[in-house]
Amino acid sequence: MSAVFDRINSLLRPVPTWVVYSVLLLPVPYLLYLAQTGALGAEPIKTLEHELGIIALQLLVAGLCVTPLREYVGINLMKFRRALGVLAFTYVALHLTVWVVLDMSLLWSQMWADIWKRPYITVGMAGFIALLPLAITSNNQSVRKMGAGAWRKLHKLTYLAVLLGGVHFLWLVKGIQIEPLLYMGAILALLGLRVAKAISKWAKRVA
Amino acid sequence: MAMRWKNTLKDHHVTDEAAFLNRRQLMGGAAAGLGLATAGATSAFAAGDDLVPNSYEDITSYNNYYEFGTGKDDPARYADALTTQPWSVKIDGMVDKPGDYAFEDIMAAMTIEERIYRFRCVEAWSMVVPWNGFELTDLLDMAGVQSSAKYVAFETAMRPDEMPGLRYPVLEWPYVEGLRLDEAVHPLTIMATGIYGRDIPNQNGAPLRLVVPWKYGYKSIKSIVRITLTDSEPPTSWNKANPREYGFYSNVNPEVDHPRWSQASERVIGGGLFSKRIPTLMMNGYADEVGELYAGMDLTKDI
Repeated sequence: MSAVFDRINSLLRPVPTWVVYSVLLLPVPYLLYLAQTGALGAEPIKTLEHELGIIALQLLVAGLCVTPLREYVGINLMKFRRALGVLAFTYVALHLTVWVVLDMSLLWSQMWADIWKRPYITVGMAGFIALLPLAITSNNQSVRKMGAGAWRKLHKLTYLAVLLGGVHFLWLVKGIQIEPLLYMGAILALLGLRVAKAISKWAKRVA
Repeated sequence: MAMRWKNTLKDHHVTDEAAFLNRRQLMGGAAAGLGLATAGATSAFAAGDDLVPNSYEDITSYNNYYEFGTGKDDPARYADALTTQPWSVKIDGMVDKPGDYAFEDIMAAMTIEERIYRFRCVEAWSMVVPWNGFELTDLLDMAGVQSSAKYVAFETAMRPDEMPGLRYPVLEWPYVEGLRLDEAVHPLTIMATGIYGRDIPNQNGAPLRLVVPWKYGYKSIKSIVRITLTDSEPPTSWNKANPREYGFYSNVNPEVDHPRWSQASERVIGGGLFSKRIPTLMMNGYADEVGELYAGMDLTKDI
């Protein structure tokens, strides 16, 4: 089995990150094309908003998979982790833009009220804010300036952002629905791996 | 007796469906050509007497009918499986003639008329729908409401074999709704059996569904199999699921905030990607007709 993973790793090694960016950005022109042709249904704004949000959440979850895949499976995607994060932020920003411009028609006072009064919007906005410093420092210069240790520590904010994203989805649907529960389950499992690792590390140190 | 309520919308306001679809296609084409918003569509959908019904396509493709799934397109995709013939409605409780009323017998006794109503969903979107149907009060008269009755309870069909959404506990099934008797006998309250002159499609609640235009859409219960007259406030599905968010009355009210959605504005479906929000009207624009039903009530408390 590990031979298969080694093969995967050696196949992935020469893939430049711009390929990952290009491929994972394809949904944007595709969604705009669908919206233009009326293929997004009777309420294209909500569909567009929802699709962008889902892709953002998927990319955030994918980013959380990178370390466990390397440690527990042996597939190394480290090289693409930052791209996944930057792309996730891009989709979150697009999702937010659709909300502000198309969904809320730039009704600032109503949006401001909603951010404070609607818990799912509060949580979503908090997730976006948690991602901001990560997006700003997602360049090599910042890593050098901050030092790898501090940079890595800051980027642990991802955990909070993903969690907030999952809650945002869970909270916005009416009634008990399956899809957001599945995302939340995946997020909790992936974060659980980190917690378990931290506990065993701590236990070793104590012992 | 029918025709108690007259649309303020005149006949010439009703765009012929073919012409309407055609017009939208033209506008869609023009918008695509410009690579721009369907700005023209927005003004055509503004509130007031210039209301234009949504297209048949919009009305029958964007639905909330959780028995068929929670996606807006799920009902249109899966509701074909619903058997609507034969259909009967059990009318029981405080009535003189309880029993199972066959759909055909009901239709034979009713006068079908067109009602063009605004339809406002609690999720802050809206449509304008040209319903065909009859006043609920006429159906209640058929069964003979006893003087002790104060409320009307409704129940949707529950058919696990035909309704894939029932597998999930999104709500407690079957879906139930209720009205106070004076709301139920109000001339605006209808049982819809058609849209645009055609039989109502399954995804819209075939063969007959309630339409209460001044309340949020979830009150307008679909595919009704049972109507019960009672003297106590009946349970309602969304209220049971989340009493903090959904009250028994659920009148459209831009001044009363829903914890999840601001109800101050709404988007009319069908305006495309650049459709603007419009202000939501008190009682969905029917305050003059139904305001007196709630005289003396605190509408911020009795939501």
